[in-house]
Formats: sequence, C-alpha cells, structure tokens
Amino acid sequence: MDFLQPATWSEALALRAERPDALPLAGGTDVMVDLTFDRRRPAALLDLTRVPDLQEWALEGDRVRLGAGVPYARVLTELAGRLPGLAIAARTVGSPQIRTRGTVGGNLGSASPAGDAHPPLLAAGAEVELASAARGTRRLPVADFFTGPKRSALAADELIAAVLVPVAAGPQQFCKVGTRNAMVIAVTSVAVALHPDRRAVGTGIGSAAPTPRRAPKAEQLVAEELDWAGRTALDDGLAAEFGHRVAAAAAPIDDVRGSAAYRRHALAVMARRALTWAWDDLRRAA
Amino acid sequence: MRVTVTVNGTERTADDVWPGESLLYLLRERLGLPGAKNACEQGECGSCTVYLDGEVVCSCLVAAGQVAGREVTTVEGLTGAGGAGLHPVQQAFVDAGAVQCGFCTPGLVVAAHDLLARVPEPADPEIREALAGNLCRCTGYEKILDAVRLAARRQAGR
Repeated sequence: MDFLQPATWSEALALRAERPDALPLAGGTDVMVDLTFDRRRPAALLDLTRVPDLQEWALEGDRVRLGAGVPYARVLTELAGRLPGLAIAARTVGSPQIRTRGTVGGNLGSASPAGDAHPPLLAAGAEVELASAARGTRRLPVADFFTGPKRSALAADELIAAVLVPVAAGPQQFCKVGTRNAMVIAVTSVAVALHPDRRAVGTGIGSAAPTPRRAPKAEQLVAEELDWAGRTALDDGLAAEFGHRVAAAAAPIDDVRGSAAYRRHALAVMARRALTWAWDDLRRAA
Repeated sequence: MRVTVTVNGTERTADDVWPGESLLYLLRERLGLPGAKNACEQGECGSCTVYLDGEVVCSCLVAAGQVAGREVTTVEGLTGAGGAGLHPVQQAFVDAGAVQCGFCTPGLVVAAHDLLARVPEPADPEIREALAGNLCRCTGYEKILDAVRLAARRQAGR
C-alpha cells in the first residue's frame, strides 16, 4: 500500500487523477476502522490532512464555504452561530476524541445514510463542491450528492473540496435517537430549518432510507400553514401532521439498530418536537 | 515507509511502517510505549486516547503516516520530558480509587487531563461530556468522576 501525502490542493487533485485506486483519508474515523478490520485494502491511501485549503472555512456571500477537512470540533466552536443545525448535529458525533478528527467532508465521502452531518445540510439547502484536475470544479445540491447506501455522485478522479451552507436565516434543530448520548450511530435522525426570510422550511432525514433525504410534502405543508406574519403559537395538529409527513417520507428497514416501525414512529415524534422547538425559538426572537 | 514524529518531547523514528497501520500500533509495537491501550480498535472505547498536536484523539483512528512531523503526547509523557512520579491527575485517580482493572485508566487520564486544561473547574455535566468517549467495563464511573473532581479541586488550590 502506498501512502500519498499531497501538500497542496492541486497536487491532491493530480494524485487523485493518477491514482483512482487510492482511498482518500481525512480524519480516519471510518477509513481506519475498515483498514484495521481488513474490510478494505486499497492500493494506496491519499492523506488529505496536509492540504491547507481543506482546513479552512470562509464566508462566500450569504453562505459559509466549509472546507472538507474542517473537523466537527471546529464546527462547534467556530460556526455554531452561523450554522446552528450543523453545530447541533456535530455535537452528537462520537465523542470529543472523534470530533477532533472527523470531518464533514469525510462524512460526505463515506455517504452513509446514517451520517450525522447530512440531515442538517439537507435542511439548510447546502451544496457540495467537487473538484477534479481534468474538469475543474462543480457544485451540486447535497440532495443530489447521495445516490445510494454509501454511494455518492463523486467520480473516481474527484475529491470533495467543500460544502456551501447558507448562513441560517432562522432557527434550526436536529434530533437523533440512539442507545446513549455518545458514540452512537443514529437509529434515525431528523433536522428542521426555518427560513423565515422566504417563508420556507427545510427538512433532512437520516438513517431511515437508502440515502439521507428531505421530506418535501412536510416542508410544503408547514411553509403554507405556519403563521409567518403573526408568529402565533404552533398548532398542535399542524405539528403532528408535519411529523406524520416526515415519517411518511422515510423508507426505513429493519436492521441491528432498530426496526422500520420504530424508526417511523421516532421520526414522527422527533420531527414534531424539532419543528416546535424551532418555531418557539423564532417566536422568542421576534 | 519511515515515520519521524515527536513523542513526549523527543524525536523518534520508525522504519518499515506499513502505511495502513495506526498511530496506536506505532506507539505500542514500534516505539515501546504501551501506555495507550489497544481494545476496540474502532474509536469506541477511548482506551488509546493520546494528544496529537495538543488535541485528544483515538490513536487507533490515526494513520501512522499522518503523524509524520507532528507532536504526540501519550500518558507516559504527561509529567513532561524526563518527568518522574505522577501527574496530579494520575495522583487523583490513585487517591480516589478510580482504578479497578486499570485497562481504561490511561485513556481516561489523558481525557481528564485535557478537560482540566481547558476547563479548570468543570461542572459534572462537563466532566461526563468530556469522558463520554471512554468506556470502563468494570463500570467504576463514580470513582472516576470523583477523581476528576479531586484533581480539579487540587488544581484550584482548594
């Protein structure tokens, strides 16, 4: 096995093009487990932790361009104000030791349906920025990035450069069910983002379908029915119907972490709560 | 491949490192530092916790090649280069009886050391959060919490 360690982004893209058999490595929280347990034996590792561009974030208009190599710990300490949904999700990732290493770019690269970053990215309407030496840079909605369980739109010669996340215009929430607070792969999870500037609501469902996905019918219902002007208290029936529509948008399976029926039930409850918390936050802010 | 890394203040070099091996393996099997423990090998248990460039990591999840030129501090190095005796956090674990079989202790000591460096007087929820990635299968958690509180009190001079 070769160990490729580019020092610049252009060098990384050149190596990626030369060595499509190399496995990109960032924080290692997924990749190292696969290597240690002999589940993967790539011909080479492409270590991206020495590429400075990936370790930075910056404002780009009304979005945060979050370098793919920024660890969760920094999302928490540096971006909780601008990206509250992603920060809440980041806080549920693993443990302190995992959050210093694990990255949002790595989460996208693994493309697990259970990845904690994905629901808040979906709810916020984020885009993923991919790059290759041959074709340059392209950006696509995060909803189009996931193509199947642990499969994504990333081409063999591409690397994930960054994710572009709109700065929150309103409250965002994230809920996750697991057997304990730390070190848990989500049984299921849900993110809700209120966009009061355009009277819209974003959703993201985790670990309850072949890919992370939105719940468009739930979004549409509450965008139309919420009292955006008066900001009166959230109607219980509306909140419950939102929960049902989120659950209906999922396509869960029975597996070792939980049953499909439990996941649907939990999604309905969590979505109702997340919407209620977010709406209450919005009312308090008014 | 050859990996040169600063461990506990001293530059160390290892040869014939397999690119897929972990920092934990490098420390234990090549550099003779068995303080970090090898248990779950998947980041779940925290027994292999060390500092990498001042941040706590599971050394089982760091590729050995990733630490070239970086600084690693293991539980053996908490007392400083050439330091003797126990670090106050280690002494607090002894005094509080926070050790049963001892396997999880090095990881917990490093995690507690990191917490007390960042948050000198942590509240109980902060202690629990900071130690959430470290498992003790003897389930001696109450004594471990006592040890962290004791270390914090001593650090504050109370």
